[in-house]
Amino acid sequence: MRAAVVVFPGSNCDTDVVTGLQTVLGIAVDRLWHKQTHFDAAYDLVVLPGGFSYGDYLRCGAIAAHSPIMAEVKRHVERGGYLLGICNGFQILTEAGLLPGGLRGNAGLQFICRDVALQVANRNSPFTCALPNADLTLPIAHHDGNYLIDDDGLKRLQDQDQIALTYTTPVNGSVANIAGVLSANKRVLGLMPHPERAVDQAVGNTDGREIFLSLQTTIGA
Amino acid sequence: MSKPVATQAAIVATDEAPTYSPQVLRGLGLKVDEYEKIVELLGRAPNFTELAVFGALWSEHCSYKSSKKYLKTLPTTAPWVIQGPGENAGVIDLGDGLAAVFKIESHNHPSFIEPYQGSATGVGGILRDVFTMGARPIALLNALRFGDPSHAKTRSLMAGVVAGIGGYGNCVGVPTVGGECQFHACYNGNNLVNAMAVGIAQADKIFYAKAAGIGNPVVYVGAKTGRDGVHGATMASAAFSASEQASRPTVQVGDPFKEKLLIEACLELMNEDAIIAIQDMGAAGLTSSACEMASKGGIGIRLDLSAVPLREADLQPYEIMLSESQERMLMVLKPEATARAQAIFAKWDLDAVVVGSLIAEPVLEMQWHGESAGVIPIAALVDEAPQYDRPVAALASPSQQLVTLTKPVAILPALQQLLASPNLASKRWIWQQYDRHVGVNSLSDSGAATASDAAVVRVTGTRKALAMATDCNPFYGAADPYIGGAQAVVESWRNLVASGAKPLALTNNLNFGNPEKPEIMAQIKAAVTGIGDAARALDYPVVSGNVSLYNDTDGVGIYPTPVIGGVGLLADYNQRLSMALTQSGLSLIQLGSGDNSWLGRSQYLMTVEGQEAGAPPSVDFAAERQVGELVLALNRQQRLAACHDISDGGLLVALAEMWLTGAGTDATTSLPLNVQLNPDLPASDAGFWFGEDQARYLVATLHPDQVLAAAAEAGVPALLLGQTTAVAAAAGATAGEMVGKLTLPDGQSITRAALQTAHEAWLPAYMQG
Repeated sequence: MRAAVVVFPGSNCDTDVVTGLQTVLGIAVDRLWHKQTHFDAAYDLVVLPGGFSYGDYLRCGAIAAHSPIMAEVKRHVERGGYLLGICNGFQILTEAGLLPGGLRGNAGLQFICRDVALQVANRNSPFTCALPNADLTLPIAHHDGNYLIDDDGLKRLQDQDQIALTYTTPVNGSVANIAGVLSANKRVLGLMPHPERAVDQAVGNTDGREIFLSLQTTIGA
Repeated sequence: MSKPVATQAAIVATDEAPTYSPQVLRGLGLKVDEYEKIVELLGRAPNFTELAVFGALWSEHCSYKSSKKYLKTLPTTAPWVIQGPGENAGVIDLGDGLAAVFKIESHNHPSFIEPYQGSATGVGGILRDVFTMGARPIALLNALRFGDPSHAKTRSLMAGVVAGIGGYGNCVGVPTVGGECQFHACYNGNNLVNAMAVGIAQADKIFYAKAAGIGNPVVYVGAKTGRDGVHGATMASAAFSASEQASRPTVQVGDPFKEKLLIEACLELMNEDAIIAIQDMGAAGLTSSACEMASKGGIGIRLDLSAVPLREADLQPYEIMLSESQERMLMVLKPEATARAQAIFAKWDLDAVVVGSLIAEPVLEMQWHGESAGVIPIAALVDEAPQYDRPVAALASPSQQLVTLTKPVAILPALQQLLASPNLASKRWIWQQYDRHVGVNSLSDSGAATASDAAVVRVTGTRKALAMATDCNPFYGAADPYIGGAQAVVESWRNLVASGAKPLALTNNLNFGNPEKPEIMAQIKAAVTGIGDAARALDYPVVSGNVSLYNDTDGVGIYPTPVIGGVGLLADYNQRLSMALTQSGLSLIQLGSGDNSWLGRSQYLMTVEGQEAGAPPSVDFAAERQVGELVLALNRQQRLAACHDISDGGLLVALAEMWLTGAGTDATTSLPLNVQLNPDLPASDAGFWFGEDQARYLVATLHPDQVLAAAAEAGVPALLLGQTTAVAAAAGATAGEMVGKLTLPDGQSITRAALQTAHEAWLPAYMQG
């Protein structure tokens, strides 16, 4: 499995994702710079990490969605590659049209950093297939994680099994408590919780490991 | 002799013989006698730009002119201190080639005028102090003080300050891992926002501000210069009156995104052999950064102000010199490395412009479109800055009157009331707005079962971790400023010990009222003496700090608030100690003191009795050291399951905090647990349960016999208080009861749910208004 993490100006979870993937999967992970217009087609997995890309000025993820590397990220998806967007990465994916819906300011209008309980709504995706048959606890840290989609869109997500994770109780105002969304072909996942912050026993939570391990199960070592 | 330049219309000046009215001088923060000294030093009248430069550097904020005499008495050295006060931040040795770089700084005045930007730029400024020295910032902390919750401004100030701290720290990607927050009417007109940053550097790659090499380029990096913050240092050196809103333009605006780029670019450049000297542009902007680099190098500096990148084209030279626009750095580069540096800054989309060079003559030479805008000897600006031996009143002798309780003592209702009181209520509403986890090194998390008295942050790639905490009890300082200073030091020391760390060094933020009042100078003198005595006794030197004076509105000053930021080291992060009670069968033991009685200036007295009276508890450095070393030894022997220092609220509040921690309203709820206190303890003695005698820890252990024996051997008083027990499934038990209950010696009990609600409900309800 070959993996790379995109670094936008203002990304601040890129190192955590690199370290998390290396630790859990024992693989080398490359970094891609936002000004690149091409990258190696051999990458199985590309990750858009959390942070405040371009300061999240204008709207979260809106500027990054138009950065030079994104055309190549879209080609990566068209090639059948796996794409994971975490937090700001999720916001970029919706802004880029790679996932349906959008993310707006949390109900309550505050940044929220806490652990949340998550229900796994789809256990068969490339990102969730190795998850144990139980709820997950993962940390969130965002100001704009309030997932919005219209009724038709929600129905499509439900009909096509595109909802990956839901909060077990309302957290930020998200429609249907949605915390993570898959593309129709299930090869793109955007989620607000941070799996890379829950891979190390020293911080008291390793529930994020199985998301990375699911990818390894899917893609192979 | 320089030719004076055209300046503001407000100046009563001619080209030949400028003179300035007292109003103009006051606007620059200068007194008439200070102006006379400037004329004497220059041998002529200064032009307006020169005068403005003097005003900024001679401000209290930059020159410490009122406090320096006392700051000099602080202990600043130890074998592990690499850099003490005087640089951008203090540096201590962590072993294995690593160093910790840290400092605390206030943004009190700007945060009161514009709470979001004031606090945000406070975070940005302290981060720059740390990464300027070559360290990657790994943690942020803060210490906040607001007015009485019933005061009309408190809620909005607090909302703005917390959002500003979060808005900046969350974006730059440095976790905010610790802090404290208290309320009192003395802060109604002057809230306090102190921010601390801690970074990790290679011990042999620390960067300093000492300029060297005649002709070497002076390079300006980062954001463009605007009018924001002109006179900020002067504003921070003045008392407020009712019209302080007019100061709004002196508050700077932060851009955490630019700061993030600046951090990455500077750290990348620091990996090259390119930088000779580096200084962030903080208070007094270009003026202080240029003068400090030149002064430390014993050299001169020539600045071409027309080369400075401007946000607004019509800025005057004095505004360029004084602007406190954020996210800017000044560096002296090796000439051959300038191109490489510019390539790195271009990669990060940052401006980097040569704005001057080093010169042999030790003067600050300012040029403006090919003409001189002023020449000032560096020594006149830096070394000749006034130092005042301000009048010090005799300190009113600390109140020794005994405390008389006026209300019947009811322990459980008092506990509930205390846990719900503004100063002791859960601050979840605050810290939940801070990203505490980025970096994945935060090994203790607020409210979780991993929580500890000090924040514990792992040093990436090593077994080491740093413990850090901010502390001050202004209620003690109000009654006795010496105790206020000394107690803040010992409490921070205890918090590090209670987390399993060896305390190494501290940074201090001295927040006081108007130093021109002899009684305020008396407070400063006494508090600094207390800090110094405690720091010496504990081998816990002061390596950096900040002084914030003139926290005074309409003639009323704040309580003395000398905030201490402590840093300690865990050689192995697996030695960290949590404060949470997470299992049954633990024995609860109080270590230290033994004389549980002191209610003077306690939270109990303030909250339950409504009195601020009596003397604060005394501080015994030898006892602190003795019990602290016992705790560290017991922890090394793995005898302790949890530990919490006993401070605000006393023993029973400490116990409740240990019990409630980890049972939060988050997704993770800890296991049900009862706490049973021994029947032989005094059942209804307020002093025993709520007294704030110092030098005490509450520990939980599976090895009570060994702990008691070790305490006896060390000569430390120890008191077995009770046990944690499993919750038995009982028919008809309520959900609240099922999470556990606390039973007092006389059999009265309260559920964990009831205490949790009391503890968690106050702040969110208050903020909802």
